[in-house]
Amino acid sequence: MSAAREEILARIRTATGRPSTPAEVDAGHAALPRGYLRAHHDPAATDIVALFAERAADYRAVVERVPADALLADAVARAVGALSPADQPDAVADQSGAVADQSGAVADRPDAAPDQSGAAPDQPDAAPDRPGAAPEPPRIIIPQALPAEWITGLPAGTIVRDDPPLTARELDAIAGVITGCAVAIAETGTIILDHGPGQGRRALTLVPDFHLVVVKADQIAADIADALARLDPARPHTLISGPSATSDIELIRVEGVHGPRNLHILIAD
Amino acid sequence: MTGSMPTYVGMPAFPAAAKTAVADSQLRRNLTHATTAIRTKRAKAVGELGDWEDLRQAAKAIKDHVLANLETYLLRLEENVTKAGGHVHWARDAAEANAIVTGLVEQAGAGKVVKVKSMATQETGLNEALAKSGISAIETDLAELIVQLGDDWPSHILVPAIHKNRAEIGELFRRKMPDAPPGLSDDPAQLAAAARAHLRNEFLAATVGISGANFAVADTGSLVVVESEGNGRMCLTLPRTLISVVGVEKILPSWRDLEVFLALLPRSSTAERMNPYTTIWSGVTPGDGPEDFHLVLLDNGRTDALADRTGRQALRCIRCSACLNVCPVYERAGGHAYGSPYPGPIGAILSPQLRGVGSPVDASLPFASSLCGACYEVCPVAINIPEALVHLRAKAVENHRHYPERTVFKLSGYVLASAARLAAAQRVASLSRHVAGRKGRIRRLPPPLSAWTDTRDAPAPPPESFRAWWTRTRGNGG
Repeated sequence: MSAAREEILARIRTATGRPSTPAEVDAGHAALPRGYLRAHHDPAATDIVALFAERAADYRAVVERVPADALLADAVARAVGALSPADQPDAVADQSGAVADQSGAVADRPDAAPDQSGAAPDQPDAAPDRPGAAPEPPRIIIPQALPAEWITGLPAGTIVRDDPPLTARELDAIAGVITGCAVAIAETGTIILDHGPGQGRRALTLVPDFHLVVVKADQIAADIADALARLDPARPHTLISGPSATSDIELIRVEGVHGPRNLHILIAD
Repeated sequence: MTGSMPTYVGMPAFPAAAKTAVADSQLRRNLTHATTAIRTKRAKAVGELGDWEDLRQAAKAIKDHVLANLETYLLRLEENVTKAGGHVHWARDAAEANAIVTGLVEQAGAGKVVKVKSMATQETGLNEALAKSGISAIETDLAELIVQLGDDWPSHILVPAIHKNRAEIGELFRRKMPDAPPGLSDDPAQLAAAARAHLRNEFLAATVGISGANFAVADTGSLVVVESEGNGRMCLTLPRTLISVVGVEKILPSWRDLEVFLALLPRSSTAERMNPYTTIWSGVTPGDGPEDFHLVLLDNGRTDALADRTGRQALRCIRCSACLNVCPVYERAGGHAYGSPYPGPIGAILSPQLRGVGSPVDASLPFASSLCGACYEVCPVAINIPEALVHLRAKAVENHRHYPERTVFKLSGYVLASAARLAAAQRVASLSRHVAGRKGRIRRLPPPLSAWTDTRDAPAPPPESFRAWWTRTRGNGG
């Protein structure tokens, strides 16, 4: 091993004395004082779903509670439909037809899609929010294994699959993404993606400007401790609390920098 | 070995730098405005958790435990990062870290890298080192971008451009950002949008990303980057190669320990229940994110601090910057006066330990405090900064005896020991009031007495001493 490694370790040993055995170190760690609360709201005495909704909304996420799974597709369609008001009439018109043939409609790739809806074929470099661009229905990317019943209300030609994976530039031409999540934290209004099935690789929920995420009520943990315990540390994780923001100018929080500027959360009760 | 970091070029010792800064009224307004706002918000965010003190004590205990067992945990981290497909490098000092990173960037064939705000790479002066090899480093954090565009120095750990207000930033963007939208205003939301548009292409084209890390979890090999804007996610996710430069003290023993630090850090730094984005990864994940991951473990003076029983506690620091925001000295002098990437109270104990107290600026830093203790009170890992300051003052004095000051104290002992000598001295002192400036203060005494007025004003002595007045009015009855 490198001389630097040996020298640093030797210097540490000089500073701290001889290391204890790994078992002693672990025992020392297990004995550390942890007088803090594992949850700041008692899940037995609090409506943690309501707490999550309130806390997520505090950070300017749009939060909607959807009382039944059957209503999810409608809520998804409404949220996506609201994306660009100019396209709303088209989207609504397409919707009824899309419900019928959704199974065949979800295979479109941006570069492979012949224009199905009459809109101009999408160019990867045509940013969806570029002013003056011809109006086109916002295209939405969905990750592998996203429950098909969530997107039955979306217009056919607007759904893009990440298969084969899109380049970052191609993703940049996509208006939004729909995913599930792994866990959510009520106390902090946070959703956590482990980028497993239905959540997509990390770039999918990063590059498009709109992220619609479905959180099931039983995925909501009361607090950070419980949420972390539900995760598999071997997976990559993204914790998301509201849309992208910055406090870099005068220490005042402003929403909307590099990540998705619109975060829409649907809580499926 | 003692570490090295860029001492800001031409930076005088703290007292001289502070004097200039204090006279800059715009700077003082900007700092007061920003720090006052964040202090109130932080207090609210912290007050929301009834067990804050328990979290704080747990964090302190976890970090102390890591420091006491650093060798074991570093080896464990190395093993687990390697198992997860990452490569681990060790750097004794800044130059070694920079050489490793430069080599890796060259190997990746990149002439440009995107960077997430990282204190470690600021400490090593990585951008300047990369530039020497013809590699341009693009800072993607909004405040770092402001600093980079302005050819400026960072002045705050969390908000490096805190010394600039929105009007100054708007002016800078309009002047220096080639693709700034026409008619860009000073509205922070518009400025953030301009930064988004400006950096988007860089992110999409980047092949190498460089980051630090807030935490490195030994038992899972996980690295954690806590951020707000999403520039971190961009740099950590989109490039093919990712290089993270991380101080050896950043370790947490286990995944579970994150429950303590993720509760403390956002509330302490940005006064949020949770920061907008946190990315956690270990090694590489096929099909998701970088294919090539390198962790550079950095010593650069940390083992020196570790060897100092009192000074060691500075290594608990999680870089939240709460201590800067409450510090009366920082609020008035600003971050640049500290002459280091680490300003404020934590900088006053960290920089002299990482760099040694050999230079005038480092020797002066432990004195850049009134010891009011506000920093200790807000510190989420309970670093007793006043205690460390006093300890380092002793060290600095050992190294650099303040001869003039010592001479003055010896001389005063001699004068005070005799009534006649005191009376004579007071007559001379009363005459000296003619050198006083407005408001009856003497800003500068001649050497060797300048050792006193270098760091403080001296009040002008009264025209008549109490002893002289007593003798004149009651003397006869005396």
